[in-house]
Amino acid sequence: MGDTAEPEPERDTAGGGAVFKALADPTRRKILDELTERDGQTLFEICSRLTMKYQLGSSRQAISQHLEILIEAGLVTSHREGRYKFHHIDTSPLERLTDRWRNRETKEN
Amino acid sequence: MRINLTSVLVHNQDEALRFYTEVLGFVKKTEIPLGEARWLTVVSPEDPNGCELSLEPDGHPAVKPFKEALVNDGIPYTSFAVEDVRAEFERLSGLGVRFTQEPLQMGTVTTAVFDDTCGNLIQIAQAS
Repeated sequence: MGDTAEPEPERDTAGGGAVFKALADPTRRKILDELTERDGQTLFEICSRLTMKYQLGSSRQAISQHLEILIEAGLVTSHREGRYKFHHIDTSPLERLTDRWRNRETKEN
Repeated sequence: MRINLTSVLVHNQDEALRFYTEVLGFVKKTEIPLGEARWLTVVSPEDPNGCELSLEPDGHPAVKPFKEALVNDGIPYTSFAVEDVRAEFERLSGLGVRFTQEPLQMGTVTTAVFDDTCGNLIQIAQAS
């Protein structure tokens, strides 16, 4: 997390770069939309939703890679339940990002 | 040409027969002893002369990693048609069946995915 080429101020160690990168892609934003609608989905369900609802022709492999980037940014977590693997949305990295600018005044007091 | 037989790979034929008949509601069509395993098929009571489903032993070494990889990604390799996915979801959940995907309407089709307890995920689908 947070491995970016450019040196960043101390506050960016929370992985802001990885979050922006993750959110920059429309497919990844759709994955987050679908996880918001129902949290805890298998890779199969995520792929089905993207194909059927948005006619996205991405391969399972490609969606799997998108999920990896979301996981690296901390926006998605995966949890294993016996033989199954489910994906969950985690919006806490977004809160840190917006706090960075929105709450500056209160922080400085 | 028509499809008269398809298979699910199961790790125990007795358990599979119980699940596919008592839980899902299929009926046994043929049972022929064949060495260690049996030639064992079930059919839908709605179509007893229709396509048979063979409950095929999964002992071949290539099968286990294949099945595990499919289940890990939530992929149902087999799909059955039902009148009402939501009603089947309620009925099967009540019988303790574990769903990995709840009923989901996707365009003209509604689907759900459950664990057949024999190492497979099965999709049920309803055309609207």
